[in-house]
Amino acid sequence: MYLERIYLDHAATSPVHPEVVEAMVPYMTTYFGNPSSIHSFGRETRRALDEARETMAKTIGAKANEIVFTSGGTEADNLAIIGVAMANRERGRHIITTSVEHHAVLNTCKYLQKQGFDVTYLPVDEHGMISVEQVKSALRDDTIIVSIMFGNNETGVLQPIHDIGQLLRDHDAYFHTDAVQAYGLIPIHVGELGIDLLSVSSHKINGPKGVGFLYVREGVRLTPHIYGGEQERKRRAGTENVPGIVGLQKAAELAQQTMAEKRGLYEQFQRIMLTTFEQEGIDYAVNGHETNRLPHVLNVAFFGTNVEALLVNLDLAGIAASSGSACTAGSIDPSHVLVAMYGNESDRIRSSVRFSFGYGNTIEQVERAAYDIAKIVKRLTKA
Amino acid sequence: MARVVVGMSGGVDSSVAALLLKQQGYDVIGIFMKNWDDTDENGVCTATEDYEDVVRVCNQIGIPYYAVNFEKQYWEKVFTYFLEEYKAGRTPNPDVMCNKEIKFKAFLEHAMALGADYLATGHYARVAYRDGEYQLLRGLDANKDQTYFLNQLGQAQLSKVLFPIGELQKSQVREIAKEAGLATAGKKDSTGICFIGERNFKQFLSNYLPAQPGEMQTLGGEVKGTHDGLMYYTIGQRHGLGIGGSGEPWFVVGKNLKDNILYVAQGFDNELLYSDAIIATNVNWVSDRKPHEPISCTAKFRYRQPDVPVTLEMIDETTARVSFSQRVRAVTPGQAVVFYHGEQCLGGGTIDQVFRNGERLTYVG
Repeated sequence: MYLERIYLDHAATSPVHPEVVEAMVPYMTTYFGNPSSIHSFGRETRRALDEARETMAKTIGAKANEIVFTSGGTEADNLAIIGVAMANRERGRHIITTSVEHHAVLNTCKYLQKQGFDVTYLPVDEHGMISVEQVKSALRDDTIIVSIMFGNNETGVLQPIHDIGQLLRDHDAYFHTDAVQAYGLIPIHVGELGIDLLSVSSHKINGPKGVGFLYVREGVRLTPHIYGGEQERKRRAGTENVPGIVGLQKAAELAQQTMAEKRGLYEQFQRIMLTTFEQEGIDYAVNGHETNRLPHVLNVAFFGTNVEALLVNLDLAGIAASSGSACTAGSIDPSHVLVAMYGNESDRIRSSVRFSFGYGNTIEQVERAAYDIAKIVKRLTKA
Repeated sequence: MARVVVGMSGGVDSSVAALLLKQQGYDVIGIFMKNWDDTDENGVCTATEDYEDVVRVCNQIGIPYYAVNFEKQYWEKVFTYFLEEYKAGRTPNPDVMCNKEIKFKAFLEHAMALGADYLATGHYARVAYRDGEYQLLRGLDANKDQTYFLNQLGQAQLSKVLFPIGELQKSQVREIAKEAGLATAGKKDSTGICFIGERNFKQFLSNYLPAQPGEMQTLGGEVKGTHDGLMYYTIGQRHGLGIGGSGEPWFVVGKNLKDNILYVAQGFDNELLYSDAIIATNVNWVSDRKPHEPISCTAKFRYRQPDVPVTLEMIDETTARVSFSQRVRAVTPGQAVVFYHGEQCLGGGTIDQVFRNGERLTYVG
């Protein structure tokens, strides 16, 4: 039996765009030089690197020297938070973040707590949001960094980044945002938003895995945590991943060009899914704020189902989606994001699935997936 | 193509079970059950290693794999029972309870929810359809037969269950795994109770139940020392008593929960350790046809003990009186008694009261 598989897990990772592959290949075959080398081979890749840096800076309204290429979003988050914490610990030891951050931020903060830093985890409301007032009342004189994600990877919920940025203009604390999910789908201008540090990952936007960048506003005091050569202005040692960075550049360009179009399409995908669930008479609810969300993420609670059985059934039907995070022993742990929003006892914790759309998804696919999902949910809730 | 969910533990038995089913042409899905959270402060849990083995084996066989979490059910149905029994001074059998409540109930339901036609496990046991019903038969490897732990299954379960390695000897299972190059071919068999693993049992139990040290006495009231808490001892136990002196070694023969006394007696074959009848509770019959008259069959009072001929009579729906034709040593309340007729496992129950010469041995517990 041939089954066309449908990939609805783009927030986990995404396929590399063919144009990205095309852009990368010469930097693995023809232009392989080390950008730090002083010969022509080095100059070829150095030029590509500088161009990529320029492009990436432009996509967020930054300057080229404010872009630090990393191995991905996780490293960018680590560098931002640990880097600022270590460089500014004489000034203060207080960090503010939220309870719904990606583990790259949460576990970095937990690590810093063990190192003697004081971390405030702001709770979210049932829409998955924090308010500027919460940040305001948590701020202290010794607060050195506020790290609040742009758009949530599990629910897509957007935080009031602009307002928090405004608030922090009058405070010494740096403002970091993990924009791994939002980048490429939402226009971001770091100057207008008052952002000091911003993390981006390549593989979420149809670029290759293993590359990303951290925007570090000029003047931000940051201690590196990878030591070696003097690459990235001594902020991140190690020979640059040139093919990856060129791929990221191409992916970012494509993402910028198609932003509006994608937004419309993914919103349509959401409507198709929800309308189908409605028509099929399924007991469901969307997790997170109704409208203030990233367009490509749709997190749905299917009441009366068990997510472990649901996800396996979806997989066996060729539909890839996800939920929470798998523990090292493979079983699914309740999502800390949904727990933060609805509490430990909510039915939603064990019955929610995240669908995330991206490159390659078609209306036909989403229609078929929605119908198959409805069928499976009905079967599971019938017993 | 019939779909089979295989409960995979990361051991060689369930690995080979999955392999054989795949070779027989079934649509096989491997599922790892996570029943116990023993994550330490470093975030390391032993289940991780076992799951990694499941992943490797499933990829080698070419079947999809998943995990399912039954920690909550396990805690409520198995671990709570386990603690309650210890509190009551008895020696529980969590493996029997796990099979009844988790593997062949919650997990079976999960498998059915995935559209499976059958659930398979790596147990050494067989199922046969004879005389209009499903029979549970001993595994052909007499040394490995696991029907003792499966005594609580009934027709509803057996009609859905496959035991692909029940016809094999353990050595054959290892051979098949080796030939197929399965990652678990050389893996050591797990020992002990699953959630305790290789850890110190005493220490584990003390995390959950307060230990109350008390006196060790003979039934005559002679104090022989102190014990660390009644729950740490089981009938017939020799080690860990620390009673010196001359003569034969000392053994646990009973418990007095009310006065917190551990009864001991001297000699492996001390008469106090022997009984000739029991009352069993929670008796399950594999067949839907319960015996209404006393029957002759054999019974096991412990895993891997030789069968003993018994006469069995049902007193009510789930309670049986079992009399043995010969005396049996160290029959222990809380443990399973399992009935056999030849190769057929008829069912079983929980040892509740123990008798000798028509008198209840109240000191046993």
